[in-house]
Amino acid sequence: MVAETIVAPSRAPAKRRGHLRLSRRERRNLAVGLLFISPWLIGFLVFLVYPIVYTIRISFTRYTGFGEPEWIGLDNYRNMLHDDLFWTAVYNTLYYTALAVPIGAVVAMILALAMNQPLPEVPIYRAIIYIPSVIPLFTLTFVYQNLVHPTQGVFNRFLIWLGLPNINWFGDPRYAKLALVLLAQYGAGQVAVIFLAALKGIPASLYEAASLDGASAWRRFWGITLPLMTPVILYDLILGVSLGLQIFTQVYIISGDPPGGPANSTLMYVVYLYNNAFRFGAMGYAAALAWVLFVVTLVLALLIFRSSRWWVHYETT
Amino acid sequence: MANAVPVERAQPAVRASARRQWLAKYARREIVPRLLLIPLCGFYLLPFYWMLVNALKTNEELSIYPPSWFPDEIAWSNFSRAVEVFPFWRFLGNTSLITVFTVIGVALTNPIVAYGFSRIEWPGRDTIFYLVLATVFIPYPALIVALFDIFAQLGWVNTFKPLIVPFFFCFIPSPFWIFLLRQFFLRIPHEISDAARLDGASELRILYQIIMPQSWPALSAVSLFAALHAWNDFLGPLLYLQDTSKYTLSIGLTFFQSQSRYDIQFNLLMAASALVILPVVLIFLSFQRAFVEGVTVSGIK
Repeated sequence: MVAETIVAPSRAPAKRRGHLRLSRRERRNLAVGLLFISPWLIGFLVFLVYPIVYTIRISFTRYTGFGEPEWIGLDNYRNMLHDDLFWTAVYNTLYYTALAVPIGAVVAMILALAMNQPLPEVPIYRAIIYIPSVIPLFTLTFVYQNLVHPTQGVFNRFLIWLGLPNINWFGDPRYAKLALVLLAQYGAGQVAVIFLAALKGIPASLYEAASLDGASAWRRFWGITLPLMTPVILYDLILGVSLGLQIFTQVYIISGDPPGGPANSTLMYVVYLYNNAFRFGAMGYAAALAWVLFVVTLVLALLIFRSSRWWVHYETT
Repeated sequence: MANAVPVERAQPAVRASARRQWLAKYARREIVPRLLLIPLCGFYLLPFYWMLVNALKTNEELSIYPPSWFPDEIAWSNFSRAVEVFPFWRFLGNTSLITVFTVIGVALTNPIVAYGFSRIEWPGRDTIFYLVLATVFIPYPALIVALFDIFAQLGWVNTFKPLIVPFFFCFIPSPFWIFLLRQFFLRIPHEISDAARLDGASELRILYQIIMPQSWPALSAVSLFAALHAWNDFLGPLLYLQDTSKYTLSIGLTFFQSQSRYDIQFNLLMAASALVILPVVLIFLSFQRAFVEGVTVSGIK
């Protein structure tokens, strides 16, 4: 403190006035800066913080959406523990996310590695692979539902041709989730484009040096490519898990009303939340579900992030 | 070549191994990638092909088993019938209105916020920016109970307001777009804006007259992402729109195809879906670079 006053005497007047030791120019910048970010700040408070607090409050009540919420303490959370459908939804959602996200990352990596080769037609592949992530999910779901239909679609013609059984994907509780995992792979193109950009950023000199040392392409992938890709993979996993837990649209369109069938095999967490809030009039219970989703998403993101110290390679230079 | 004997003896072996190496490299660079990419592209194209083929099939051909890969008789009339069995133009108008206002909201506020996070130095700026980035991990469905109740109390349910107004205030996924713009703004040299500031230009003027004109790639990418978000949104309209006359294409088509009383044939659903996709595909193909660059900038830190 003393040293600073001596070194920077010009700051002393501001300090004496007790204004957070900011110069006039800094204070002006702070005011202008806050003014510029105010649209975000207002949105943050009104559309994020307030709803989150509101959700917590409602989650301690019995509330149908009309009239006054009735305070019931922790009952909603207690009921959750004994609610079989809640656990079904948790299981389905984790099952879906645990399959869709890693498979998606592997598919995206294969696509990106293939597109990273010096082929003249790569822009065509990139466009074809990326377009399904851009089009509306509901239209993709309409056509996908028919594609995998056992009699109307062509997907099962391949299976039969390969000697596999004619699976009723969305009619059979054993396969409905797997069909959703396959549908999710249509979004892998976007991840592939991100991975491809990261691959292009790896310096060629590293590969040349490894080649001179006699490392095979396989070794170069595991020794250079994959370690340098880990930061992007981390980003994809965190975002992918967060989005995977939110799966809704596909299920809503495919499984009818109320969504989640057949035999609750596609009853995903957000679908269950939606059913409670807007079909069963259990807003309080839905708020408790929402709050749990919020916490679980953040905890999973944090866990993946913390795990990164063991597997993500950060350049030390 | 001069000391002939040893080289002469070694050459066939060397040549063979060189050829093998060349072949291995050729296979790795040209054959294997294509063997992977071409079938996978088939997988990614299949929905589009199947949509188009079915949009053009007659009702009789729809029920054939096994399904035909190409329509025997091309029924172009499916498109004109599709826009009649659905209130298609109404849904299109609603969707377009929401999309236009969402883009206006995003284009109006996101650059200003991004400017505040990149071109003005103020204490605490970068800490708060981490908070902005962290909000992308907030799951939107965790907010729907509260947001619905709040909008209901405001009397906004069954209007477009809940779908538009939040985007004037950087609602998720705006943080991605702010990040993209900020990264772009940071790379613009400071000389001109500093000179303008010395001349007494306001920050807003610097943004609109110096920064924005240099940021078209980022601005167009963000506008495209915002337009797509609004055009493709499903959960939002499902929550807030109640009268079928207010429906967007997403929930409108879903509602009509799910009601057996309307008896929407699959060929008409596919024709309507093709019409929904068409502008998206056209915009994507014409602005491909903006898309790809935008997604890679916001995807990599």
